[in-house]
Amino acid sequence: MPKTLYEKIWDAHVVDQRDDGTALIYIDRHLVHEVTSPQAFEGLRMAGRKVRRADLTLAVPDHNVPTTARVDVQGKPIPIADPDSAAQLAALERNAPEFGIRYIRATDREQGIVHVVGPEQGFTLPGTTLVCGDSHTAAHGALGALAFGIGTSEVEHVLATQTLLLKRSKSMEIRVEGALGPGVTPKDLVLHIIGTIGAAGGNGHVIEYRGSVFEEMSIEGRLTVSNMSIEAGARAGIIAPDEKTFAYLKGRPMVPQGADWDAAVAHWRMLRTDKGAVFDASITIDAADVEPTVTWGTSPEDVVPIGGIVPDPMSFADPSKQAAAQKSLDYMGLAPGMKMTDVPVEHVFIGSCTNSRIEDLRAAADIVRGRTKAGNVKSVLIVPGSGLVKYQAEREGLDRVFVEAGFEWREPGCSACLGMNPDKVPAGERCASTSNRNFVGRQGPGARTHLVSPAMAAAAAVTGRLTDIREL
Amino acid sequence: MKAISKVSGRAIPFGRKNVDTDIIIPARWLKTTTREGMGKGAFETVRREAGNVFDDPEYAGSPILIAGDNFGCGSSREHAAWALLDMGIAAVIASGFSDIFSSNAFKNGILTIELPQSAIDRLMEVSMTDPVDIDLDSQSVTTPFQDRFEFQIDPFRKHCLMNGLDEVGMTMAQDDAIATYEERLMLEKPWQQPVMR
Repeated sequence: MPKTLYEKIWDAHVVDQRDDGTALIYIDRHLVHEVTSPQAFEGLRMAGRKVRRADLTLAVPDHNVPTTARVDVQGKPIPIADPDSAAQLAALERNAPEFGIRYIRATDREQGIVHVVGPEQGFTLPGTTLVCGDSHTAAHGALGALAFGIGTSEVEHVLATQTLLLKRSKSMEIRVEGALGPGVTPKDLVLHIIGTIGAAGGNGHVIEYRGSVFEEMSIEGRLTVSNMSIEAGARAGIIAPDEKTFAYLKGRPMVPQGADWDAAVAHWRMLRTDKGAVFDASITIDAADVEPTVTWGTSPEDVVPIGGIVPDPMSFADPSKQAAAQKSLDYMGLAPGMKMTDVPVEHVFIGSCTNSRIEDLRAAADIVRGRTKAGNVKSVLIVPGSGLVKYQAEREGLDRVFVEAGFEWREPGCSACLGMNPDKVPAGERCASTSNRNFVGRQGPGARTHLVSPAMAAAAAVTGRLTDIREL
Repeated sequence: MKAISKVSGRAIPFGRKNVDTDIIIPARWLKTTTREGMGKGAFETVRREAGNVFDDPEYAGSPILIAGDNFGCGSSREHAAWALLDMGIAAVIASGFSDIFSSNAFKNGILTIELPQSAIDRLMEVSMTDPVDIDLDSQSVTTPFQDRFEFQIDPFRKHCLMNGLDEVGMTMAQDDAIATYEERLMLEKPWQQPVMR
């Protein structure tokens, strides 16, 4: 019986299959951060339980850490001003050694956003099951892992048992053939996909991205696409590992070495959907139909090509969508019919687990070189996804490009993607953001978010409005 | 976890679709290290709207929430479930749920009931004036007007909810099966053990 890639990984991880369709699934890798883990460790402590496989667990703080300097001129750590954020970090710093878990400190060069750190360290491997108490864990599927976000009770369950009780999801194939046009990036593609299938379109499914566009795409680009699978409701996205994947992983700190590497690659080559395997749902998208894309509303499904206009709420067939669209436009301060390229922005954020890798920073820098921040733009934050990305960018001189343009070059972390640390967008102000969610209040109470690619964000920073990079 | 079999009372007729977890509990409320007290931040942005259902005295202490499709979409934060629990919500009825939210709700003993939009519309109407009754055993939602809507639930989840079972403890009892799996994994994929350098 031909199997999909998802089915192959699932079947290889069944510890116990129950009659009711639930299976106990083994978890190969577990990433932990400071926000969704304290209550899980507390639960273990109260029940007198240990972490079953501390060696399969890696902890990194990212959500709360400020992106300003971490150490003073003497190299001493600067305390976090917000007492609640400091307490969450302190809890992780206490829990990790207490339970024997490897911990990357906020001041270590390897620190960064969990979903940047995992692939970068080679903690994420093809064919593994990987979980984290964070919905954007879907990102790791770009390397051929079955990776998905879990809640804190499940974090506790994995810590205690290295397993999860799950029901198999349905499978969805999203096939994109052809070639993306000039100025069209993986971010535009994934926004287009979410707009096509809707924010609930992938509920109950694991998406496998297939077709020539993904085969040609870099690992960084694949991470961007898979990362946002959750914004279409899919718990996971996955892309079959190939030579690009192996080349990306080879030599990374936590990947197998020597003969082990060869054995691993031989196994990983088999991780493909069989010919004739059947998906529960199949979507086909022509790459030529994808344009640089931007959101206008407060759901990631609210997308429009950059050359388009703010839609009229009444143009939606579904009455509940009409009402939602009107609410979104009120919140966003936009009127139907307005050209997207006429929308001014006060803030730009380039970062987040979606778009903070070296390739993203290079794309932004390519737009910015020789230009400066527009007068109406109050702040432009450039936040690398990890200390290693930051180091690499500085070696390439990208930091100077940004600083000379009047942007702020920051320390790694989740930053302005979510309103948990000092990086927030003020109420009523508008941000072109490379992050993943344009929800009401996501970037701070009252903040207005337009999701865009790194190149489009950089373009908005220098023109002061949403901009079609093909016309810059 | 408390066992749950029946939930009765007025239902909060919220009704919106794509209610994301930032709406249920904004990120600034996530900076805790305990599970308690999160009800204060629940639906904070909605509560700023004049005439919102959450501050309507009519629905004070309501154990049921009604919403549209894709309830709980967005982040994996279990704080969303904790916030609902802290508000006194024991069941959410919606035309669809995000996968992670419904799992989180289940782990906290909150019943998530998926019904077609037509049933949601009817329950929204009834909730303006009257209570609704949920019976987990018979998998039904009923109203004083003889409406009866049956819902599906995973048998394992139903069993756990009705008996208030601790899932971690149940899985730990399967330690032998997990150990056997790990031994096989060591033989078949020794290279997958993390390299520690």
